[in-house]
Amino acid sequence: MSVLDLSIKQLQEKLNNQDVTVTELVQAVYDRIRETDDEIQAFVTLNEENALNEAKALDEANSNDQLLPLFGMPIGIKDNIVTKGIRTTCSSQILSNLDDPLYDATVVQKLSEAKAINIGKLNMDEFAMGSSTENSSMQSTRNPWNTDYVPGGSSGGSAAAVAAGQVPFALGSDTGGSVRQPASYCGVVGMKPTYGRVSRFGLVAFASSLDQIGPLTRTVEDNARILEVIAGQDKMDSTSANVEVPNYSDALTGNVNGLKIAVPKEYFGDGVDENVQARVRQALSILEQQGATWEEVSLPHSEYAVATYYMIASSEASANLARFDGVRYGQRAENAEDMMDMFKKSRSEGFGEEVKRRIMLGTFALSSGYYDAYYKKAQQVRTLIKQDFDQIFENYDVVIGPTAPTTAFKVGDQIDDPLTMYANDIMTIPVNLAGVPGISVPCGFHPENDMPVGLQIIGKHFDEATVYKVAHAYEQATDHHKQQPQLGGAKS
Amino acid sequence: MSKISKDQVKHVADLARLAISEKEAEKYSEQLSAIIDFSEQLNELDTTNVEPTTHVLDMKNVMRADEPKDWISKEDALKNAPDQKDGQFRVPSILD
Repeated sequence: MSVLDLSIKQLQEKLNNQDVTVTELVQAVYDRIRETDDEIQAFVTLNEENALNEAKALDEANSNDQLLPLFGMPIGIKDNIVTKGIRTTCSSQILSNLDDPLYDATVVQKLSEAKAINIGKLNMDEFAMGSSTENSSMQSTRNPWNTDYVPGGSSGGSAAAVAAGQVPFALGSDTGGSVRQPASYCGVVGMKPTYGRVSRFGLVAFASSLDQIGPLTRTVEDNARILEVIAGQDKMDSTSANVEVPNYSDALTGNVNGLKIAVPKEYFGDGVDENVQARVRQALSILEQQGATWEEVSLPHSEYAVATYYMIASSEASANLARFDGVRYGQRAENAEDMMDMFKKSRSEGFGEEVKRRIMLGTFALSSGYYDAYYKKAQQVRTLIKQDFDQIFENYDVVIGPTAPTTAFKVGDQIDDPLTMYANDIMTIPVNLAGVPGISVPCGFHPENDMPVGLQIIGKHFDEATVYKVAHAYEQATDHHKQQPQLGGAKS
Repeated sequence: MSKISKDQVKHVADLARLAISEKEAEKYSEQLSAIIDFSEQLNELDTTNVEPTTHVLDMKNVMRADEPKDWISKEDALKNAPDQKDGQFRVPSILD
């Protein structure tokens, strides 16, 4: 068993007992990346020299530092999270030369204070727009369970790196499912916290009212430990909430007796693979055996979520991405006639297809004469979608369903058809629109393609503790999270 | 259903500061029309008197004291600049 297969708790025991040094651990991570990343293509930038220096400093550190929550833990960071002095590209051509960012995102600073070690930056769909990580201008990340398949997206690099055992933990970001859907496709645990739970300062904004940073890990326990570190109000993000962060690890009691689960019938409709549905029903019966009860409910506005999301997210994106203009940083087109020509050429050359499509859609929806019909209408429907959840949570503790309608699809299968691609997000998008927390945990494999299936558990605002409790209780009753891909082949 | 014309696409591209070719204008006209058509389903819902949600949390007017503090130096701010002169960002001419 490699040190890379261990949990945070196990790794820290080994470090405390001096069975392994931080340097050895970090070295093992880079060895593993070198062995596997030609195939997986998860990392866009490695931070090897800095990481090894930090590891050495930690090995020489005093014993007080060893008590810090993530002492010596190697972590990968999605490339839309700003890292001081380490290239941050959002997997976009327009930022491909942003080699020396000026500050750390709050989450990066918190990880650093907890003495975690930043291994490098992970590939993604450009500016987090996509569900397959094929929309990266850097490389196309592959699914470690079968490299003919996509890892999901947009945090595909983060999910694939954790599934391939390159890093035990990674951060992603989730605007419409971008942590949970790749977690589902790659068979790992991925959490989107409540909107406002984690500071967005230094997360390159896609859709500001929806974006949240969340951890991807192999186990629920590790996930809870990382969220404990990165959560909390931040004066640099006025949308981060002044709500106390509980000790999530304490919630992992394994006791779900008396817990009330709502199961939306809309999450088991046409288009949701029967074998995915079967895996989720099996998970519900396991939770039932543990003393939870479940009932079918309705979230009647679910069918409108995808259209609502694409209006709101694209509108916000068109405003947020206006800052990339070739003036202060990033790529500038050459041979421009004047400043306006420079803006237009830099942006047209620097942005990829999907990003331009969404900027165009958002600009249209916000333009004079169309604002009320499209943007305001979508915000009103967002209210109805949020109210669906508010009503359910008056009577139930969590909502459970599949994370995605299918398992991973093959590379190249959906990239040409935006509307089909968008439909992948039908069960993750409502969670962002309502601002509630949701997690994806592995719940077995599809019998036909042997690819992982994800179970989604959704909770009340700021009740990540209950979400983790349920996810952990289910995980402990199964062994899906212990399975690991054999790269290039079928599951072991 | 609504069709976004090539001329509209070009107008939107101009607002978005994107240069697009004739061929791209055609492509966006089709793709955006398809997405807008898809979103027309929202009109099935009566949203009279429904407040729009701009923010999911009950949080309004988050205030802080307006105090100057050190952030990044001028030198740092120029570190990633595509072009600079005399300690300032340099851009192509704005006027003829």
